[in-house]
Amino acid sequence: MHAAAWLAGGFLLALALGSCTPVKAYQKSKINDADMELSARKVEKPESNFQSYKEGASGAGGGKVGGGCGCN
Amino acid sequence: MKRICLTVLGIFIWFMAAFSQSAGYDTSSYKPVRLKLDEADLVSGYYSQNGNHSAVTGGTGSEQLHDISNVIDLKFVKWDPTGTNQYHLDMEVGLDHHTAASQAYVSQTGASRAYGTRFYPSLNWSVQNGRGFTFGVGASFSTEYNYHSFGLNAVAGKTSRSQNTDITLRGQVFLDRVGLIYPSELAPSTAGSGSGYSTYTTASGQVIGSYGGDDHYTIPTSPRNTYAGSLTWSQVINRNMQVALLADFVGQNGLLSLPFHRVYFNDNSTEKIENLPDIRLKIPLGMRLNYFLGDKLVLRSYYRYYRDNWGIRSHTASLETPYKLSPFVSVAPFYRYYTQTASCYFAPYAAHKLTDTYYTSNYELSAMNTHYAGINLRFAPQKGLYIFDLIELRYGHYVQTTGLHGDNIAINFRFR
Repeated sequence: MHAAAWLAGGFLLALALGSCTPVKAYQKSKINDADMELSARKVEKPESNFQSYKEGASGAGGGKVGGGCGCN
Repeated sequence: MKRICLTVLGIFIWFMAAFSQSAGYDTSSYKPVRLKLDEADLVSGYYSQNGNHSAVTGGTGSEQLHDISNVIDLKFVKWDPTGTNQYHLDMEVGLDHHTAASQAYVSQTGASRAYGTRFYPSLNWSVQNGRGFTFGVGASFSTEYNYHSFGLNAVAGKTSRSQNTDITLRGQVFLDRVGLIYPSELAPSTAGSGSGYSTYTTASGQVIGSYGGDDHYTIPTSPRNTYAGSLTWSQVINRNMQVALLADFVGQNGLLSLPFHRVYFNDNSTEKIENLPDIRLKIPLGMRLNYFLGDKLVLRSYYRYYRDNWGIRSHTASLETPYKLSPFVSVAPFYRYYTQTASCYFAPYAAHKLTDTYYTSNYELSAMNTHYAGINLRFAPQKGLYIFDLIELRYGHYVQTTGLHGDNIAINFRFR
């Protein structure tokens, strides 16, 4: 199951990177759209906070890696 | 070893050279450029939850909690007179207030105070030069009744000339102090340092330190340190798609358990405080892939694999689909799925054996699946809305297979 998931993920990533084409600044109207930002939205801050408190995993763009308590 | 040292030194010199000053600028027409407020955000959130597996009462008992959070984030920017370096200053101040039913039961009678406040300011400074190099440093602080944290971070990055590729390296250190608040019936009769020092917990949960019978209200603490390194690589794939790969390596040492978490054992009479190893290594690996489908629909996807040396393996996958009602208004339903295996140190209420070296009944470390679904509304009119540049509203409902469920609502106001 894990091997299959990694294989599928790796295949999708290779497919995406393999289809890289140089994009000029004037062609980035969609890339620069606010909904296309490659980071969590600011308004997601409270939810990533409670998720990192209530779940065992955090980090890699999903919740903070340290600092603060999380004891409730 | 020598080769590694020379390589690290080479990278350092490369980054320093990227920001070094060049001789020959004509400074006679120098005009100081002021730091200008570029963006101000206020994010307020309300989170409410209920469940029946509180760690304070040993894996059973109410997890009811209400939390109000407010964060103000101010971003300042300035260009140097030559117009090549751009400086950023990011100031953030956060204030959370919560009430938690289980917190009252730090004291066996349920008389401890059931609320708390956390204050967490941070300051980050960075500079980006004309060649796409970024370098920055920052500090953060967080304080609440039983927990204090001081953090430092440094970041270095490079954006390609075409601005299609970006690589960022970040290092973070958090030096925390955990307040040694024990359940009233398990508070040690003597603790702290120095002769004649002792602590005790009153029925109301107040921890009192005493030197030779002279009481004072100081909570003894124990250190918890976190060291984190992260690497982010983002790439524009084509006009409609971009991807980011995120890798963290996190190491923690010190007191990683919380002394007011009870554990009940399977002999039905023994009760102790949670005991966990003093080292934890975590490796989260993540990926974001965003795709603009047609002219109105965006697919925002996220996946994370996580593992640590406490036995937790987890997968997180989420998809958000903003649909543009107009160029400035979007509606985005979202769904997040999370699954994790249990830590080898977890057992539910009254299931731990007396022979166990490490033990906890904190359901954060139990096996679980979670579902989180909701909607995100974004209004960013071209000419603003009253004094706001952006208003974003987000609601989500959260369900864990442990029985915990919660609701979260948050709003972001942005001023420019």
